[in-house]
Amino acid sequence: MIRLILHRLVWGIPVLWLVATATFILMHVVPGGPFDQEKPLSPEIRANIDAKYHLDEPVWNQYLFYMRNLVRGDLGPSYKYIGRDVTDIIRETFPVSMQLGFSAVLISVAFGVGAGVAAASRRGTWVDHAGMFLASAGISIPSFVLGTFLIMIFSFKWHLFPAALWEGWRYGILPSITLAFLPTAYIARLTRSSMLEVLHQDFIRTARAKGFGEMHILFKHALKNSVTPVISFLGPLTAALVTGSFVIEFIYSIPGMGRYFITAVTNRDYPLIMGVTLVYAVLIVVANIVVDLAYIWLDPRMRSRGSSSI
Amino acid sequence: MRSTRIDPRIILSGGVIAVIGFAALAAPWLAPYPFDQQDTGAILQGPGAIHWLGTDRLGRDMLSRLIFGARLSMAVGVFTALLAVLFGTVYGAISGYTGGRTDNIMMRIVDFIYSLPDLLLIILITVTIGRGVFGIFLALSLVSWVTVARIIRGEVLKLRELSFVEAARAVGAPHRRILFRHILPNTLGVLIVTLTFRIPAAILAESTLSFIGLGMAPPFASWGSMASEGWSAMKFYPHLILVPSVTLFLTIIAFNVFGDALRDFFSPSRRLG
Repeated sequence: MIRLILHRLVWGIPVLWLVATATFILMHVVPGGPFDQEKPLSPEIRANIDAKYHLDEPVWNQYLFYMRNLVRGDLGPSYKYIGRDVTDIIRETFPVSMQLGFSAVLISVAFGVGAGVAAASRRGTWVDHAGMFLASAGISIPSFVLGTFLIMIFSFKWHLFPAALWEGWRYGILPSITLAFLPTAYIARLTRSSMLEVLHQDFIRTARAKGFGEMHILFKHALKNSVTPVISFLGPLTAALVTGSFVIEFIYSIPGMGRYFITAVTNRDYPLIMGVTLVYAVLIVVANIVVDLAYIWLDPRMRSRGSSSI
Repeated sequence: MRSTRIDPRIILSGGVIAVIGFAALAAPWLAPYPFDQQDTGAILQGPGAIHWLGTDRLGRDMLSRLIFGARLSMAVGVFTALLAVLFGTVYGAISGYTGGRTDNIMMRIVDFIYSLPDLLLIILITVTIGRGVFGIFLALSLVSWVTVARIIRGEVLKLRELSFVEAARAVGAPHRRILFRHILPNTLGVLIVTLTFRIPAAILAESTLSFIGLGMAPPFASWGSMASEGWSAMKFYPHLILVPSVTLFLTIIAFNVFGDALRDFFSPSRRLG
């Protein structure tokens, strides 16, 4: 088990190196730089700025410089927020995004699995139809559209929750729901279809024959055997939450990493773009390790076999 | 026996898609005003007799902008989906048909791209190649094809073991002929369904990009940028954001429902039952 984790962590290093190199190249083939403004700077100032950020050196040296600092955990200075390091900005904004992400994970797993089980156990009834209609809607609604509706109803009309900012738990409710909506719909669909498959199996009939209660059968026997697709979804879920956080943090004015990333792209603040991208890459690698561990925990047969993908 | 009754979902969602498609094609003739014409006497008006869906802060007619926005959304959706399906099919088919080591490497690449957050990738690509119509279209396609490649590879893996492929091989047909004449035509149903699902995905991605200000530059009328303009005035002029939002939602759900219905139609269980 520990060997597997170590193995996967070691494998994560070349992946991160690849991502760092790829983003470095992407950012440096872009025509124009962050300091190209409508009104050109005087050559002297420009030369000073270039020297300060090592932009006057050959690209190869810049790359080595960046990589050397990266190993030390230094992501360089931000081009836009003068006097602040990218590492500082990430240290400040990352916890905010994490809180938002974690509450969205909790919501989507709890409601997604719950709705999926309810729909599968009452197949063909109104519960099933209503649940699956909501799931279809959840997959189709853009998060900014959902956010609009939620703010209009819960903030403007009923004054229940604040419409923006991040100053306490009440501020987190609408953003978390908005962010969780799409994954909830996916998880509900996944759970429903794999539950329907499992509920037809012999061991479920055996459990029924033994006289176990319906709840016991659903959650203890059926769910544990149909949760694998949901576990595989945890990888894509992390990716979806990253993508979602761009929009959610933008619309609710939350000072998280996603909003800083969008601003960095608008400002062409390359060190910040690269830094945030790397943090996302780390998140994805970690999520994939967690998925592997969850497989092993759920299915003892996997223990001897080792790992799956990435 | 295949049932002769047409799935009601096809009629309903197909109707919505047809209306939006028609609006996109006939935009210049259908729209009551040009999309960038300002009616300075009627700024920020709610829905009324002269401007059916109201006007925005520059006095531009919302209905006209909505109709021209349909053109942009549909173009982005359809062309991205086509390019993604074309490239993904060839890639997936070659990977699945060749098998072995090649397949392994090709699918590793796909898995890697697939595991990255799509919007992050799209944004990074548009940072590099620019945010014009072409840049956005290319970025969306570059991200979208991996899903197609995975689906088609799975189909080809299944089909290549069937006896008609074996028969073709037995009479000495070359690989290219087997793949393109025997195997791929049999994936047509899956291809059509995949294409249908790629369209709303592309529309969603484009509108999201435009909403957060990283999409098409103004004065282009995109549903996402229209919603973005309406966002700040949401409290007092809700029609600005509601009109594009509801349209977007309806369009995407219509395509998804249409895709679901098509999948049921093409799935073997229904053909038998």
